[in-house]
Amino acid sequence: MRYLPHTEEDIQQMLEVVGAADLDALFSSIPEDCRRKGAMNLPEPLTEWELNGHMDCMGASMGAPPLYKVFMGAGSYHHYIPEITRQLLLRSEFFTAYTPYQPEISQGTLQTIYEYQTLVTRLLGMDVANASMYDGASALAEALLMTIRATRRKKVAVSRAAHPLYRQVVETYFAPTGFEVVELPVSKDGRTDLSGLADLGELAGVALQSPNFFGCIEDLEAAGKTIHADKKSLFVVAFSEPLAYGLLKSPGACGADIACGEGQSFGIPQSFGGPGLGMFAARQQYVRTMPGRLIGKTTDRDGRTGFVLTLATREQHIRREKATSNICSNQGLCATAATMYMAAMGGTGIRELSRLNRDRAEYLKAALAKAGHVSPFSAPTFNEFVVRFPKGFADTWQALLEKKIVAGLHLGPYYPELSDCWLMCVTETISKTGIDELVKEVAK
Amino acid sequence: MKGPIKDPIKDKMGTTGLIFNEPLLWEKGSPGRKGLSLPRRDVDETPLDDALVGDGPDFPDLSELDVVRHFTKLSQWNFGVDSGMYPLGSCTMKYNPKTNERQASIPGFAGAHPLLPESLSQGALELMHDLQGYLGEITGLPAVTVQPAAGSQGELTGMLIFAAYHKHKGQPRTKVLIPDTAHGTNPASAALCGFTSVGVKSGPDGVLLPESVAALMDEDTAGIMITNPNTLGLFEDNIRQVADIVHQKGGLVYGDGANMNAAMGIVNFGDIGVDVLHLNLHKTFSTPHGGGGPGAGPVCVTPELEPFLPVPRVVKDGGTYRLDEDYPLSVGKVHAFYGNFGILLRAYSYILSVGKTLKQVSQLAVLNANYIKEKLKGHYHLPYDRPCMHECVFTDKHQQEHHVATLDIAKRLMDHGFHPPTIYFPLVVSGAIMIEPTESESKETLDQFIDAMKQIAQEAIDCPDCLHESPQFPKVRRLDETAAARNPCLQG
Repeated sequence: MRYLPHTEEDIQQMLEVVGAADLDALFSSIPEDCRRKGAMNLPEPLTEWELNGHMDCMGASMGAPPLYKVFMGAGSYHHYIPEITRQLLLRSEFFTAYTPYQPEISQGTLQTIYEYQTLVTRLLGMDVANASMYDGASALAEALLMTIRATRRKKVAVSRAAHPLYRQVVETYFAPTGFEVVELPVSKDGRTDLSGLADLGELAGVALQSPNFFGCIEDLEAAGKTIHADKKSLFVVAFSEPLAYGLLKSPGACGADIACGEGQSFGIPQSFGGPGLGMFAARQQYVRTMPGRLIGKTTDRDGRTGFVLTLATREQHIRREKATSNICSNQGLCATAATMYMAAMGGTGIRELSRLNRDRAEYLKAALAKAGHVSPFSAPTFNEFVVRFPKGFADTWQALLEKKIVAGLHLGPYYPELSDCWLMCVTETISKTGIDELVKEVAK
Repeated sequence: MKGPIKDPIKDKMGTTGLIFNEPLLWEKGSPGRKGLSLPRRDVDETPLDDALVGDGPDFPDLSELDVVRHFTKLSQWNFGVDSGMYPLGSCTMKYNPKTNERQASIPGFAGAHPLLPESLSQGALELMHDLQGYLGEITGLPAVTVQPAAGSQGELTGMLIFAAYHKHKGQPRTKVLIPDTAHGTNPASAALCGFTSVGVKSGPDGVLLPESVAALMDEDTAGIMITNPNTLGLFEDNIRQVADIVHQKGGLVYGDGANMNAAMGIVNFGDIGVDVLHLNLHKTFSTPHGGGGPGAGPVCVTPELEPFLPVPRVVKDGGTYRLDEDYPLSVGKVHAFYGNFGILLRAYSYILSVGKTLKQVSQLAVLNANYIKEKLKGHYHLPYDRPCMHECVFTDKHQQEHHVATLDIAKRLMDHGFHPPTIYFPLVVSGAIMIEPTESESKETLDQFIDAMKQIAQEAIDCPDCLHESPQFPKVRRLDETAAARNPCLQG
């Protein structure tokens, strides 16, 4: 086995030093009745070349771009990943390091994550960002738990237009706590209906997603004002498509107290849904109730600038059961990829890319409308939108798979009231020609 | 500031090399530069309500080469497993096989949308299904979920299962027993599920005593969380008795599998009374630590607890695979999709590459740790002198006589070209130095590490200031962590 460097001779010499007769004798401290009876039923090791063949074969069964045109977003977006991100990420000094517990030999990770925190605050218009959470869903759950810590209230409200799978994770996190999660309805235009908010009593936090699951851009400024009518209540803005904030007014500019969501769009492969990147940012006043790692700037003994893990007294390895969260690691490598991606895009690039995403999606929306397939919602959208299709579209959708087109996500399983609707997504990776092809097929 | 210390050891493995300075991203660049190839604009611009449009984020504009040099220079300030031995206790910093990256980048996997129809995701579902099977076989707990995104989320899942199980039995419980040697994530995960954690003191030999557990276990206690081998690197040899005591009171036994690298093919956790166990794929199963993640924390349980596992479950019907949501007792979802699939894939690739040799992985990991323990025990204080598993714990007791502390020893190791061990953990040992070499390191490398540790022990006598002033070689010297926490500067 090429990962095991020991020769027979090494093993003998080492056993002698240890005073064990053979490898089994190393486990003498394990009582006989705790030892495993019989060998593990595992396959013979594969050679590197056999493994390549096996994995290529499994991978070939998947319906992924570029072979397939996937008009599906819903929290996982197909964006181009520049080769520099892919290659720089494989720098094994980043790749094979762990948590920067020893800052003197971890400055690469530390400065990168400090840059990540900074770029995330600039993207979202917030004061502080942490070093990342697991994904958009757990980031939202943690944000809502944070509102409870910050306000000492017991109830939160989440928009029904927030990602249904994120809401399921929120439910899981809240189930054993005794705190309550209430759902805010959706208006006719596809945005969250806040008209009943005042009747819900004392809320620790109110979470809206924008763009929401239907792709609709929420009127965050108005929502912020409504929510802050209760001065104690925190306004949480979630997102699954961070690229939107290359174009849209940031959550911070609209009064958000916490902004959190999924960062997969920024240089991270979709990879069947994970690993992603839970982005998490807040206003300065809440920094000490935030979950997750934080990197801060400081100086060394010679006065040189350096970076360290900081405010660790919030975290589980110091505070144990009193910690702000049980989270230990972050998504370090994904945050590193996102930093590289944001650096490569720059302010000018993200603006252009963001516009192109919206414009291509608008092009599809208009073309479908022309063919008679319109959205039930009137609110403006970013790179996703809902379309109502006539009866029988499920068959068309199935037939299109044969043509290697995945024509959106059926909303029926998530929203029974929208069982004749599909959620469509267009990013920069599908050109006008590709869009025309879909429209032609659907219009048949 | 003192003058330069005369360093008695000249030919250390560590060296200054060529280290470049590099400013922060936003101190570079010029508006209008681009590092990204933007796709051609082939559609018209569409208007959007001005009230919704912002100014766009204030990111610096850099060229492609600017970005490449920036991150290349930053990477050179880091120490990784590929740089040298990284004996960080409890973290299992083993070699991360390069072929796993090749497998993860296969376009069908890397580009797969998680909500693809099952007909277009058979490969990914098969992979998860088979990985669950392998992990079930390795642990002896056959029902497996691979959804938790990290060890701590695995723990949370385990505690949710505890809560759901007792609720289902009609008797919700409020407490969980946690030994004093546990990782901090254990009490934090229990607290997140509303449990009060009750500490259990370990006995004089560093392991749990059945009577201590019996004294605390009652019918309001949901169960116990045990790390085995524990964080002192010792096998909890009373585990069966402890499990019996907990089970007799209707409780469950949680195994923290952080230290699984010692036990593959050696212990069947199902047989010794563990009901729920999480694994850290980034530890035992070689997936990269990535500067702090992403990890993956699958949870393995007994058949009795299978109904409580998170949904969706991957199931096999004849020759095809599908996702099944129909588990009414399930704790729900802990991840938006199915967990960190890209990490699962790397662990799967590792398991297929190593196959039945996995037992040897554990044997050699334990051999390496015991070898270090034997070679260093005359030079450093060994609080528990008994055979260890995959890691050993020393202290700075002898060096304290010369006013040299664990922190100084750790920092000096950097100058010698090694990543320091885990320090000041477990908390039950004062000045702990927790060394986990893993099976990846050869005898020659271990000997070099042992020599470095011995030299440092000698330096502590001859030149304590050499240690107080270390490290000398890295990009920066010791950093002021107090100032960082007092006046937090978290963004530029």
